[in-house]
Amino acid sequence: MQDEEMTPQKQPGSEFSSKVYLDMELLRFTTAGSVDDGKSTLIGRLLYDSKSIFEDQLDAVKKASLKKGSEHINLALLTDGLRAEREQGITIDVAYRYFATPQRKFIIADTPGHIQYTRNMVTGASTANAAIILIDARNGVTEQTHRHSYIASLLEIPHIIVCINKMDLQDYRQDVFEKIKTDFKLFSDKVFPGKDVRFIPISALHGDNVVDPSDNMTWSREGTLLHALETIPISNDYNLTDGRFPVQYIIRPEMDEFHDYRGYAGRISGGIFHKGDKVVVLPSGISSVITSIDTFNQQAEESFPPMSVTLTLADDIDISRGDMIVPEDNLPTQSSEIEVMICWMNQRPLQVNGKYAVKHTTRDVRCVVTDVKYILNINTLEKQVEEKTVKLNDIACVMLRTTKPLFFDPYSRNRITGSLILIDESTNETMAAGMIL
Amino acid sequence: MHQLHHLQELESEAIFVIREVAAQFERPALLFSGGKDSIVLVHLSQKAFWPARIPFPLVHIDTGHNFVETLQFRDSLVEKFHARLIVGSVQESIDNGRAVEEQGINASRNVLQTVTLLDTIEKYKFDAAIGGGRRDEEKARAKERFFSHRDEFGQWDPKNQRPELWNIFNGKKRMGEHFRVFPISNWTEMDIWQYIHQENIDLPSIYYTHEREVFYRDGVWLACAPFMKMKETEKTEVRKVRCRTVGDISCTGLSLSTANSLEDIIREIAATRVTERGGRYDDKRSDAAMEDRKKEGYF
Repeated sequence: MQDEEMTPQKQPGSEFSSKVYLDMELLRFTTAGSVDDGKSTLIGRLLYDSKSIFEDQLDAVKKASLKKGSEHINLALLTDGLRAEREQGITIDVAYRYFATPQRKFIIADTPGHIQYTRNMVTGASTANAAIILIDARNGVTEQTHRHSYIASLLEIPHIIVCINKMDLQDYRQDVFEKIKTDFKLFSDKVFPGKDVRFIPISALHGDNVVDPSDNMTWSREGTLLHALETIPISNDYNLTDGRFPVQYIIRPEMDEFHDYRGYAGRISGGIFHKGDKVVVLPSGISSVITSIDTFNQQAEESFPPMSVTLTLADDIDISRGDMIVPEDNLPTQSSEIEVMICWMNQRPLQVNGKYAVKHTTRDVRCVVTDVKYILNINTLEKQVEEKTVKLNDIACVMLRTTKPLFFDPYSRNRITGSLILIDESTNETMAAGMIL
Repeated sequence: MHQLHHLQELESEAIFVIREVAAQFERPALLFSGGKDSIVLVHLSQKAFWPARIPFPLVHIDTGHNFVETLQFRDSLVEKFHARLIVGSVQESIDNGRAVEEQGINASRNVLQTVTLLDTIEKYKFDAAIGGGRRDEEKARAKERFFSHRDEFGQWDPKNQRPELWNIFNGKKRMGEHFRVFPISNWTEMDIWQYIHQENIDLPSIYYTHEREVFYRDGVWLACAPFMKMKETEKTEVRKVRCRTVGDISCTGLSLSTANSLEDIIREIAATRVTERGGRYDDKRSDAAMEDRKKEGYF
């Protein structure tokens, strides 16, 4: 095996030599597009051309394509999951797909186009570093495009790739691409000020500019979609400024060897923690010093998001799950009155003055929704102040009063400490995703 | 630079999920099959709670049709980690009349495991069962949540799953309901092998090449065993084989292979053009075989 070799030309299997493999970064992305934009075909194409499809999967798709009377292999069928989806030719729920190149490993959150669109896209977007927004070159920028873009911006996805698809049906014309790009920018400069937005003309059906550069669009300087996915800089996607450590679990070994060991296990949610840092524990406000950052059988000098570690402190303090360890000189907001943008995810509408359970980092509290400030029309971005009934797939700005204070940052500053979910206390269903303002 | 590599990020995510189970549930358990995925789960659990011991038992649903090597491995692992082992016996379910043995040439106890699994969960009142399912394995699993809710009959309702946002996991449930939790949801088969290699994790010897009496059926090599019924046209031969996945003998397809190290296996998998479950006899029953079993409460 040529472990040392990094071949720029893609060869199947070269990404799997251990040296290359262990150095790969992880990029999570989501795809937004309506049913006819060719989203499933695009994902099928990415998987197929990057040689991530196995023979038995391809055979199954070939058989299914024939059965449906289609002439060539329908790549869209690669992404169908459940029986009802195959039968009805639709996607019901978010599905996750995986592929790798020598540069990166990718996780795709494949969100369905029609049923409960907002709910599913918000779910897929919540963990994504990048969003692909698909536009049909024949239709240009539509209301759907506005909606997808708004959700991507609401969820603070750091990188946006706008793929203008079906260029083959517009004779691969540059002016068509440029017009759509200009139209999109008119809208997106308001929605994504200062965001990383790029535009790529593609044909998912024929594979132009997806994995391989297009011979039909030599005028395009944007490179391929895969190239963009491989090179988007993701090292700043986490907040590395504000130290945040929600305590997840207390580790107290009942063994002689570690008799006095008391560790606070959790995942770094922001900033960089070092051994010797002066910290404060919330809500008690008691100060201490980090004595060690433990991972299995070894100690680290520093730790950063999204590492799972165990901290030990110099002082014996009463700390439990849901507390937060933060640097002495950089505290989060602590409050019980919280303004939140929510996406409502259940058939039963929001109850104003209703009580819900709240999960925020590792903290569990209860809350009352004291006010609906407005519901957003996500096609026009108008704030509907008179409207108070928040229904399935609505985006609204609400006020919460919690039973105990939360320790948080605005979602735009930290996607981990700025997010929460609301849970119905009788059915235990997750009712809403919340982004703290 | 403050950036994790992808395996480190997946490891951190899995440890976070495992700790979340210990924090949110009163009686969790880890479903241990003796296969590589559940061995990786035990390794991750050890990391999650170090220096303390793993705070939940390992549960093995024993079909009675295991590879001997798997059982030996299981017992030594339990001893090494000072873990508690609970065995749910499919034979016992059959003897009690809770499950009925399949008949015919393709009879397998794979499906019967569901009965024993649900009975074991009920008997010990487990409220969360950690499993090694991965989303890349199978199309129904691609839709699975990290925290997967099961009703009081142990059933999965794929069309009505709770949305799962960020890394906030909703483990709230009513009495009698439970959760299946899949910490390595986002790992691929290759991730598992590279991780085993990186962490130097011990595996049962059947993952490496060995000589075994086998026979060929419908494109799959199967191991000979007293309870395996063979057709008259099928012949026993001795071949050099290894397991790519490990399950019950009746449904574990073997691959012809001379791989005797992790490096060999990784090379072999990189070159393989068939999915891991392509060799699973249980998935060949129908296009939605996994979805149907999962709905009923399968792993």
